[in-house]
Amino acid sequence: MADLEVQTDPSTRSVGDPLVVLEHVDKHFGELHVLQDVNLTVHRGEVVVVIGPSGSGKSTLCRTINRLETIDSGTITIDGTPLPEEGRALARLRADVGMVFQSFNLFAHRSVLDNVTLGPRKVKGASRSQAREQATALLERVGVANQADKLPAQLSGGQQQRVAIARALAMDPQVMLFDEPTSALDPEMINEVLDVMVSLAEQGMTMIVVTHEMGFARRAAHRVVFMDGGQIVEEADPETFFTAPRSARARDFLSKILTH
Amino acid sequence: MHSGYLDDLGTVLGQYDVLAAFWVNIQLTVYAGIIALVLGTLLALMRISPVPSLRWAGSTYVTLLRNTPLTIIIVFFVLGMWGQLGFTLGPDFPTNFFRLSVLGLAVYHAAFVCEAIRSGVNTVPRGQAEAARAIGLGFWPTARLVILPQAFRGAVAPLGNVLIALIKNSTVAAAGSVAEASGLMREMIENSSSVILGIFLVFALGFVVIVVPVGLATTALSRRWAVAR
Ligand SMILES: Nc1ncnc2c1ncn2[C@@H]1O[C@H](COP(=O)(O)OP(=O)(O)OP(=O)(O)O)[C@@H](O)[C@H]1O
Ligand SMILES: [Mg+2]
Repeated sequence: MADLEVQTDPSTRSVGDPLVVLEHVDKHFGELHVLQDVNLTVHRGEVVVVIGPSGSGKSTLCRTINRLETIDSGTITIDGTPLPEEGRALARLRADVGMVFQSFNLFAHRSVLDNVTLGPRKVKGASRSQAREQATALLERVGVANQADKLPAQLSGGQQQRVAIARALAMDPQVMLFDEPTSALDPEMINEVLDVMVSLAEQGMTMIVVTHEMGFARRAAHRVVFMDGGQIVEEADPETFFTAPRSARARDFLSKILTH
Repeated sequence: MHSGYLDDLGTVLGQYDVLAAFWVNIQLTVYAGIIALVLGTLLALMRISPVPSLRWAGSTYVTLLRNTPLTIIIVFFVLGMWGQLGFTLGPDFPTNFFRLSVLGLAVYHAAFVCEAIRSGVNTVPRGQAEAARAIGLGFWPTARLVILPQAFRGAVAPLGNVLIALIKNSTVAAAGSVAEASGLMREMIENSSSVILGIFLVFALGFVVIVVPVGLATTALSRRWAVAR
């Protein structure tokens, strides 16, 4: 668990209208019912932490929101618009939903700078110089501007993940999805990534974050969503969830992650 | 072997333009290689595309072409396409036969290029395509900007093997009446049967001299271009 020195109070940050709305979402992988009647509303400016045991469907939930996974039934809307099935509309939507992966997934053959400029240039039609300027500012913001010309493999995990955040931000997304962004990192690099995420939250970014970092949840999240067996079992503000979980399943899960 | 064997061989070699014949093989290889690379890349794209009918067409092509002997394909192009269907690609017989043979070599080796590139695609982790899709790139931009550049770099060694096979297989163009090295070798052997072994060694060595550097170069390039992960 990471130590976080600065405490900011998410309750002082206001949230707006519903931005991401999942209603009665069901999904199977073959026989496996991975998402079972999932209902979730995330408001503009809200930070929601998704927590739950391995295999509970957290990644799948995240991936359905930008349609990297399709759903069997139910609806998902972003800012009132249902997710397009495919084609250009879907590509546009994906540009609106930033995603940060556990394994960074930086484009291995491209420089750090190119990783960040590729989307704006090829999807949004930004000019090379425009994209470069924006990318430099973003890399500055996540603290890796001095690595701009290196290849991803030459960076540490923490630096790579910060570049990945910059790459997603370059598309000006309305909402950012993080799927266990720090679980592949060495412990000493976790905080540098969490710090970037906390400052994003403070700037009012809407965020859905799958993480077991309770420090982050306490510091930045408005709400914790607990998943188990493909269902959302419990939702509460972080303090309530971590100190007084209502469901037996959440208590059981917390007792396991708190013992180490 | 009698004492004047080398002299005899030298005389025979002096009567033919061996280098020109090898040059034909190199030309066959270069033209067929370029076409096969383009066609094979398209086939590989079809095989990884999300469109089922394209995937089917791609894999059917590969299965058919890979499992047909090259000689039959060349004979089909030269005798079938030209002889029967009147399909011509050049103003005179030699040019026409050369170009039809290039085409036959290309369509055959495209199937192997496709499989080499697909093995390169398999070296690219899934997450690369997902990250590309996540920033809003569609299938084609994702393929062109993210997957193929890495796939090619992961496919240099297998593509090198296809190129080596193509160099050697260019001799099959003899079946399409193209005057290339192996055809010349046969002609020389028929006319000068006393120095068969010598002639054979000269031609074998000629191919070794062409093929070995290609193998060394692709091995070196595949190391140099490997994508660091
Ligand atoms: N592409 C897939 N095909 C088949 N089954 C899958 C696929 N992806 C995930 N699953 C299964 O679906 C279930 C939910 O997976 P998911 O990755 O969403 O869980 P998770 O909560 O993110 O787990 P973890 O904490 O281990 O990342 C798991 O049982 C997993 O094995
Ligand atoms: Mg997961």
